Amino acid sequence: MIEVTVVTFGIARSICGERRFVLQVPANTTGDGLLFILKEKYPALNALISLQLAVKEEYAASGLVLRQGDEVALIPPVSGG
Amino acid sequence: MQTDIQLRDEPLDFEACTRGVMQPACGGIDVFIGTVRDATKGRRVLRLEFEAYEPMALREMRKIVEEAASRWPLHAVALHHRTGVLLPGEIAVVIAVAAAHRDAAFAACRFVIDALKETVPIWKKEVFEDGEVWVAAHA
Repeated sequence: MIEVTVVTFGIARSICGERRFVLQVPANTTGDGLLFILKEKYPALNALISLQLAVKEEYAASGLVLRQGDEVALIPPVSGG
Repeated sequence: MQTDIQLRDEPLDFEACTRGVMQPACGGIDVFIGTVRDATKGRRVLRLEFEAYEPMALREMRKIVEEAASRWPLHAVALHHRTGVLLPGEIAVVIAVAAAHRDAAFAACRFVIDALKETVPIWKKEVFEDGEVWVAAHA
């Protein structure tokens, strides 16, 4: 297992209830895998139009393999401007 | 190319943004100002609350400006976006673009606001008298 820190914004923060939390996931979990885990833990995330991840402040490709200690941001639909 | 890209937690100054990009080599300055509307689908908006994933928002804003500069001959771009609580009528975003001629200025300014709305990790919540909604989160 590895530990990643999830950081949430916007409606994702309301749904998850916390700005940051640590999650234990299997080693070699991908970004898509983490989304699956999060959507099981917080089913309201499924209702969002979109949900992306960012690692090291860059949008993560779905197959990106997460590493111990990664900080992963949950990016619900953006609405700047 | 000069760039001035900021997230600010206080009122934006569109005149300063505009003056900052103006220069003798530029004959065309295009400015976009995004403001808070007082109603959405007939519901009165009390305020908007803007939140940003700041370091990534600044990165994405810089990428957009660099992309604009690669597509059009620009001399300067200012891009300022608010965070925090905004009342109707307040300014959420200012984009000022300076180019030698107007075609590039108009096109680049349009590109920057359209791209910002697609990719920059900034979120706004609309607060009404009888509820609040994170814009665009649900169908």
